[in-house]
Amino acid sequence: MTNVLRPHAEDQYAEELAILAKDDDRPRPPGWRLSPWAVTTYVLGDGARITPKYIGPRRIIEVAVATLATDRALLLLGVPGTAKTWLSEHLAAAISGDSTLLVQGTAGTAEEAIRYGWNYARLLAEGPSREALTPSPVMRAMSTGAIARVEELTRMPSDVQDALITVLSEKTLPIPELNQEVQAVPGFNVIATANDRDRGVNELSSALRRRFNTVVLPVPAGAEEEVEIVSRRVAQLSAALRLPETATGLEEIRRVVTVFRELRSGMTEDGRTKIKSPSGTLSTAEAISVLTNGVALAAHFGDGVLRAADVAAGITGAVVQDPVSDRVVWREYLETVVRERDGWRDFYRACRDEH
Amino acid sequence: MTSTDLLGVRHHGPGSARAVRDELARLRPDIVLIEGPPEADALVALAADPDLRPPVALLAHVPGEPGRAAYWPFAEFSPEWQAIRYAAEAGVPARFCDLPAAHGLAAPREDEPGDEEDLDRDPLGELAYAAGYDDPERWWEDVVEHRGDTPFRVIAEAMAAVRDGHVPSEREARREAHMRRTVRRAAKEGFGRIAVVCGAWHVPALALPVPARADDALLRGLPKVKVEVTWVPWTYGRLGSWSGYGAGVASPGWYDHLFTSPDRPVERWLTAAAGVLREEGLPVSSAHVIEAVRLAQSLAALRGRPLAGLGEVTEAARAVLCEGDDLPVELIQRRMVVGERLGRVPDSTPMVPLQRDLRDQQRRLRLKPTALERELDLDLRKPLDLERSKLLHRLILLGVGWGTPRDSRGKGTFRESWTLIWGPENDLLLIEAGVYGTTVEAAASARVREHAGDAPSAGTPANGEAAPLDVLTTLVEKCLLADLPDALPHVLSVLSARAALDTDVTRLMAALPAVARAQRYGDVRGTSTAGLASIAEAMLTRVCVGLPATISGIGDEAAAGLLTHIDGVNSAVVLLGDANAAAAGGGSPAPRDRWLAALRLIADRSDLHGLIDGRLTRILFDAGTVDADQVAVRLSRAMSPGNPPARTASWVEGFLPGDGLLLVHDARLLALVDDWLTALTLDQFTGVLPLLRRTFGAFAPPERRSIGERVRARGGDAAAAPTAEVDGGRAAAAVQTVRRILQAAAAAQTAGAREGTSGGR
Repeated sequence: MTNVLRPHAEDQYAEELAILAKDDDRPRPPGWRLSPWAVTTYVLGDGARITPKYIGPRRIIEVAVATLATDRALLLLGVPGTAKTWLSEHLAAAISGDSTLLVQGTAGTAEEAIRYGWNYARLLAEGPSREALTPSPVMRAMSTGAIARVEELTRMPSDVQDALITVLSEKTLPIPELNQEVQAVPGFNVIATANDRDRGVNELSSALRRRFNTVVLPVPAGAEEEVEIVSRRVAQLSAALRLPETATGLEEIRRVVTVFRELRSGMTEDGRTKIKSPSGTLSTAEAISVLTNGVALAAHFGDGVLRAADVAAGITGAVVQDPVSDRVVWREYLETVVRERDGWRDFYRACRDEH
Repeated sequence: MTSTDLLGVRHHGPGSARAVRDELARLRPDIVLIEGPPEADALVALAADPDLRPPVALLAHVPGEPGRAAYWPFAEFSPEWQAIRYAAEAGVPARFCDLPAAHGLAAPREDEPGDEEDLDRDPLGELAYAAGYDDPERWWEDVVEHRGDTPFRVIAEAMAAVRDGHVPSEREARREAHMRRTVRRAAKEGFGRIAVVCGAWHVPALALPVPARADDALLRGLPKVKVEVTWVPWTYGRLGSWSGYGAGVASPGWYDHLFTSPDRPVERWLTAAAGVLREEGLPVSSAHVIEAVRLAQSLAALRGRPLAGLGEVTEAARAVLCEGDDLPVELIQRRMVVGERLGRVPDSTPMVPLQRDLRDQQRRLRLKPTALERELDLDLRKPLDLERSKLLHRLILLGVGWGTPRDSRGKGTFRESWTLIWGPENDLLLIEAGVYGTTVEAAASARVREHAGDAPSAGTPANGEAAPLDVLTTLVEKCLLADLPDALPHVLSVLSARAALDTDVTRLMAALPAVARAQRYGDVRGTSTAGLASIAEAMLTRVCVGLPATISGIGDEAAAGLLTHIDGVNSAVVLLGDANAAAAGGGSPAPRDRWLAALRLIADRSDLHGLIDGRLTRILFDAGTVDADQVAVRLSRAMSPGNPPARTASWVEGFLPGDGLLLVHDARLLALVDDWLTALTLDQFTGVLPLLRRTFGAFAPPERRSIGERVRARGGDAAAAPTAEVDGGRAAAAVQTVRRILQAAAAAQTAGAREGTSGGR
């Protein structure tokens, strides 16, 4: 394994991709490394050699893969922490074996990130030429027939977003300075992610919107499903971070997930008690980071067993985003729900001590 | 030589329906036998009538026994319906070959557990699921239809394999025996080419060479009842709920589409979905539809299906047409996938006269039954709307829930709002209600009469026990709403008899307001309420007579209960007074006067509960029967130290119900109450404090404040009157602290003021 903090999906799961490619005898769309069926299996796992990367409704992955197979662009929508980026990375890795052609959308993303820039030294020395051109990830994806990923599409300024329209509809990128164009090779496509909550930031123009098929990623449907997601990811992350072996009790994970789910939905799991929701999103991703943090604490400063005290600090930090109002919400939740719950005494004490 | 072709179908399967249609056209049979109740043989001819529009159902019911009925629904895409249509068009006889409903309905259903299991089976669906399809119809198209050969041979083979080793239940064996017998009879009658359309499950059993004698033995001596059969309109929403055929249909709209669209079902479906979304103002272009079709196809390919089914089409609509939004998806689901639709039956269908009458009235009043819920606002001043309202009220009395009244938006008693939705079960209810009469009005009247029961004779109680008093009075109200002049006198006579015998005055009092209201409704609706007034009078008289006996020696709870009744009668009496003044204009004293006189008599008694005594005084005072001086006398008497404080306080509670305005505006009253309060000793005050709080706590805050202001205006001594001595020694410390705070505050204020002014300079 390469010595990097976080290997790309195609490196980390190279073995699984190889297995799938070897057994895959179904027709592959031009430019694809795997057949759509094998891509679906790669993402959802087959219960044996292929580990599941995404745990959720099968139909979502099927629609996503089928969309990419029709050469339509894919827009993954969802609240923060619903594995949009995660899924787009794995889809890109499985389809084109390259998940690195990435444009991160920010308020400062410029058009060059979608189209091309110039190497000014060469431009001045040699005049405009293809050699003086610095291609963007999108341009490279077009010329190699790979998947380009655009993260947080709605955070980009609208004019930058609209640069994608020609790319998506004409599948060409004109370079007027050279009187040339780059035409997309089969296999090129775009996966964009956008945040549901930020919908208002830079709303997609309807011209761009209709070039995407939209898939909404839901928050995990049930507590069991979410526990499964969290425990799997925590184990993976701990391994990647080379944390000393800890006994990651499923019990602790279940508690954190329960706390997150209850605060998110504003109601206890048994539906008996209404509670206030804090201002944060409390996504699955945050639950994962709380637990990974806890595992690190337990490994380095504790006795190697994940205990309530190890997650208490993290969970308090995740819930209390607004120091005033969220603290009240959290306190109320602790006193009215956690305190009364059987077998949660240690958790209650640990969280209360955090205050 | 007789040839018999067995066409095994999937009930409500459009693929089967198409295959049956083609196969019948090819075979040109001279008789078609269809799975269904043979009692309906005579009704098959109606299928030729263009007015018989599916979805419709054959309804078999046992006359006079509501609840024992069975339905065989047909949609346009039902193979059975296609077989019927073929027979009608080709002019060949069609017969039903299932076990007669007469046998099926003879035994109560709950005697045969486990039987529904067989009927509910969808063997073709099971095969499809086993092959990895979630839409059996797409499987049919893929696997069965594209074989080129007639599909029915394939089906028969498949079913023979599925049924291998299956032992039919007794009922199933009988049904299949009867089907074989019908086939045999047809052959004996000389028909040469027989086609049998039945559930695929039964095909292997029908192909078995069973001797006629064995079947006869099986069918001998079955219980039998008399049944009647007719066509009733059905809805798509209820296709799934069965009585006759199994196999529910979750997506009738989709099936209809599969059957009716000549080609390219996916393209047509998504185009129609785009149309639905456009109607709602959502921008959907043809480009969207193109992309949605492509996505549906590639999704089907990904799932390893040769053709896109409803699942793929829905996903494609969600991702492309609806841009991931769930609301428009639901819209498509509701409008297209289920596609609520109500069938029609021609006028020549056998109907009970009641159905026919309702049909005429619906036509006359321009109220078309629809399966989709709709809202109707009526203005009772218009004759047409008044008629409609009467019809709906009558139907409610018959238990036919076509319309449900809802809260009216507008103001005024002449407005009524209804929610209308016609369910197929209403036809059955109408047929059941047919025993009551031949027109809606007559049936509703008869139903009301039955409901009211017989007037209890003075001697022996009659067989039909009269309904309780409050039920009767509600019935009176309903009669007036539904305008049933024939039923009203009966209900009224029962009511007056019942009221005469009823010894419980509280019940009479509870019933009186409804009667008074009924009179008022009568005025609005132009119904005669002459009988009602006299009954109300009689009831009031009984109340006036009976009240003194009821009112003494009751506890707190009973007093509170009686109080609400007294209030109810008191406001009802006002209505009666109005009505009578308009009608008679003199003669005997007005009801209100008699009521007040009765109250007056009671009010002088000394054994009354405080609450009631207080309230009576207030009522009489409000009515002007008792003047303020007398009230003052009563008040001081009630509050005199001779009474226990609890009684005094409850007197006040009864006297001042809910509002303190009287105290605000009547200075003498206030003075009385105030004097009484200030004269209490400490112990007495503590004793009545909770009750006082209860009374005064119910006043609105502004009222309390203005009462307080009035009290202060009466003189500082009364307001500030301390009820306890201050212990100077114990208060000293507190006083000192307060003084220090005040001083500090004053110092800060002066300092702040100085600073402010210096800054200004």
